[in-house]
Amino acid sequence: MSSTEEAVEARLGPVDRIPLGEGRAFLVGDEPVAVFRPRSGGLHALRAICPHRGGPLADGLVGRDTADGEVVMCPLHNHQFSLVDGSCATGADDVAAYTATEEDGELVVRLG
Amino acid sequence: MTQTAERPETEQESSSKSRLVVVGNGMSGARALEEILARGGADTFAIEVFGDEPYGNYNRILLSEVLANAAGRAVDDEDADGEDELYLNPLDWYDENGITLHAGVRIVRIDRHAKVVYGDDGSVTPYDTLVLATGSRSFFPPMEGMWATKTELTPGVFGFRSLDDATSMLAHIREHRTAVVIGGGLLGLEAAAGLQAHGVAVHVVHPTEVLMNQQLEAEASKVLRSKLEDMGMHLHLGVKTNEILTEDGRVSGVRFTDGSDLACDMVVVTAGIRPNIGLAMVSGLETQRAIVVDDKLRSVDDDSIFVVGECAQHRGEVYGVVGPLWEQAAVLADVVTGANPDAEYHGSRLATKLKVAGVDVAQMGVKVPERSSDEFVQFSETGRGVYQTVVIRDGTLIGATLVGDVSKVAALTQAFDSRSALPEERIKLLFDLGSAGDAASAADLPADTQICHCNGVSKGDLVACVHDGAESVSACMAATRAGKGCGSCKGLVKEVVEAALGGAGVEDPADSYYVPGIPLDKPTLMAEIRSRGLKSVSSVFAELAPDGKDHVGSKMGLTALLRMMWPDDHVDERDGRFINDRVHANIQRDGTFSVVPRMSGGVTSPDQLRRIADVADKHEIPMVKLTGGQRIDLLGVPKEKLQEVWADLDMPSGWAYGKSFRTVKTCVGTDFCRFGLGDSTRLGIDLEERYKGVEGPAKMKLAVSGCPRNCAESMVKDVGLVAIEGDRWQIYVGGAAGATIRKGDILATVDSHDEALRITGRFLQYYRENANWLERTYDFVPRMGLDHLIGVVVDDVEGIADELDARMQETVDRYADPWATDQTDATPGQFHDALPLVPLPQVPIRTSSSRDGVSS
Repeated sequence: MSSTEEAVEARLGPVDRIPLGEGRAFLVGDEPVAVFRPRSGGLHALRAICPHRGGPLADGLVGRDTADGEVVMCPLHNHQFSLVDGSCATGADDVAAYTATEEDGELVVRLG
Repeated sequence: MTQTAERPETEQESSSKSRLVVVGNGMSGARALEEILARGGADTFAIEVFGDEPYGNYNRILLSEVLANAAGRAVDDEDADGEDELYLNPLDWYDENGITLHAGVRIVRIDRHAKVVYGDDGSVTPYDTLVLATGSRSFFPPMEGMWATKTELTPGVFGFRSLDDATSMLAHIREHRTAVVIGGGLLGLEAAAGLQAHGVAVHVVHPTEVLMNQQLEAEASKVLRSKLEDMGMHLHLGVKTNEILTEDGRVSGVRFTDGSDLACDMVVVTAGIRPNIGLAMVSGLETQRAIVVDDKLRSVDDDSIFVVGECAQHRGEVYGVVGPLWEQAAVLADVVTGANPDAEYHGSRLATKLKVAGVDVAQMGVKVPERSSDEFVQFSETGRGVYQTVVIRDGTLIGATLVGDVSKVAALTQAFDSRSALPEERIKLLFDLGSAGDAASAADLPADTQICHCNGVSKGDLVACVHDGAESVSACMAATRAGKGCGSCKGLVKEVVEAALGGAGVEDPADSYYVPGIPLDKPTLMAEIRSRGLKSVSSVFAELAPDGKDHVGSKMGLTALLRMMWPDDHVDERDGRFINDRVHANIQRDGTFSVVPRMSGGVTSPDQLRRIADVADKHEIPMVKLTGGQRIDLLGVPKEKLQEVWADLDMPSGWAYGKSFRTVKTCVGTDFCRFGLGDSTRLGIDLEERYKGVEGPAKMKLAVSGCPRNCAESMVKDVGLVAIEGDRWQIYVGGAAGATIRKGDILATVDSHDEALRITGRFLQYYRENANWLERTYDFVPRMGLDHLIGVVVDDVEGIADELDARMQETVDRYADPWATDQTDATPGQFHDALPLVPLPQVPIRTSSSRDGVSS
């Protein structure tokens, strides 16, 4: 469907498919993407698989870390990843970050 | 108040208020006033205070600090800086509280029939209630040369009792260099230390060989003595001063009873104190050593007259230290204001902690064993100047003395005050045998030693973390993830980090927080939540977290707390739950879930087994496993399938995923077992049916064994019950056999099935309300102390048993099986898979160059 070289965009339906404060996973082309809707506002997207041991990031708790960054905490071993850039401050590899926005009430994710 | 005709009128406001007069404005008078005001006394009483020192009241226990401070020396008590701190209440305080202060006026007589007091300024003041807090004064033993006139001491002779004494001593030592302190008690040594701090040569004269003999026995005193001598203090023990020598009307020396002389230009008399009871005597109140009072701190002769502090004699005791005075003031205020008319004072157990000339001394209770059956533990290390003893009677601590090293004083004071259970190895009262050794070994461990076996963190990793600037144990744990697995290494992590931080590390306030993101301990947090009526996790963050930050690692703990506190009406924010609690199943390493239906007491039936087998077949469950809690686990169920599996099972949730009541493991019990003494399966089933799914700070695993053979392993459970002969059940709490191994303690032995159910529930409720987040009972029980738990849960010493039972009942009543209630989704996509094990919701995509594709 999509070449990995190309920027890919997907419309994922109404924003409230994602409950406030939670995340949900989607398959965008071949890429599993976890989209998060933190209570503080905004939308964020990360690759859905934890680089540590393959945990489902969309099932993680969302909130701030001690340095005040918006993070998701992997449910398997509690590694934390920045929702903004996918960086990990707890010792695992970083995870890929994508762009998620709301357009006309619809959730739009852009890869690449 | 109406006044009788012969009662002298005063110019006081004519109000309906009752008149309260306090004589004495020292620490006890002021404290009594504060306690009275705290109970709304300002509304009830028009208050007048007489104090014969022309100051507001001040903190007498800091007098020695005044003396030492003026020498520019650092003192230990940071509160002692400057004279401001010395005053307990400045003069404004009296105005602000509507109190009339007559400073410098001495009351000379009480007319108890007319209910008035006469001042030395000619004033006459009526009272309805009179409080005598006249305190005490220095005792000057009769001695040649002591007095210049009948009322004035020879120049160069001082008492050590008032602010005036301290300031005139300070003035005197500008010109004079050698002091003799008569009396080597607590006050005398403090005066001596203060003077020495100014470079004055100090000689202490004491009539026995035992310094501070009120507090210390001979051996302890000896250690103190050598310490003081090391510091250059001259001690003359077992000798008495016969005469103060004078030259030109000024002090020139002292003469001892053996005829020898000692030259000096200053004498401080600290030979004891005498209660000021002259006023009481001339006014016809019963006095012995002090003014005799009953348990309500009233004069035994007059119900309108209360007495507090050093001038009160209660049950034969006169107290000269500050602790009892505080306790007396509280009782007095309760009675006087009517806040608690039945309040009674039953005497105080004395515990003293002080620093004498740089030497730490703590003493409580008896000094030496008094009965042949008393246990006496004694430790002496004279080279280091350390001496410690404890006295134990019938298993409780009745006395302790610590000289040189008072590091254990807090624990000892607690044991002394609460009469709590003591370690069997009594020496543990004085030393942390275990952790002291561990601390040494933690520092000695090689850097590559693995400390956290779950996350593979070595000692070197932790030390590096400290070198990189981490300043607390929690910071190191966050950075390295040490201790974030099973948690059993936390103690060792703490020791390694503290050693790396340079010994006694900074006390990390975060250690006491219930969750890291809200800087409050659990009782405070609960009080705030209750008073503000916070019922959602987001509102707790908004109101109580720094900058309203929703700390990710705190959400789960807060969710659990709110669900416990508001069983009826917490606001259910699903994003505050861990994934397990969102989908009522336990997440596995591949993102699938495990399903464990409830099988109360581990008892099942052929029908149940058949259904489980059918479900396993139908859904191609990859693994069916017996759990350690006597149930059946269906592993590898994708999230999408959970609702279907539950429906096909048609069994309730076993809660094998929550920080909640999990299982009750049982043995066969009386129905079949030939050894059974109690029906363990019945009790196990009833416990599980009643407390199923009750959420708490951590998981709760129970067991019931039908006899002391203990086949259900009851001694290593959070709550474990064991049937014993005579139709009784032993209830063990705080056991564990997981990451930590601990044998439970016997909370109670009860004589019925119903009582076993009730006590178990009450213990669990107390645990729910008081344990920290993720604190298992094996940590909670030793932290609270078994005696305390027995007192609260079994003996109801705090009178809260009914409330605990009621709150647990409320939780039980509100129970709903989550597998039934979440058969329809509670949130959008609640059961959508989060990993691509099965096809995720496929959505149409397009390249960013064309925007006219399909939309979902």
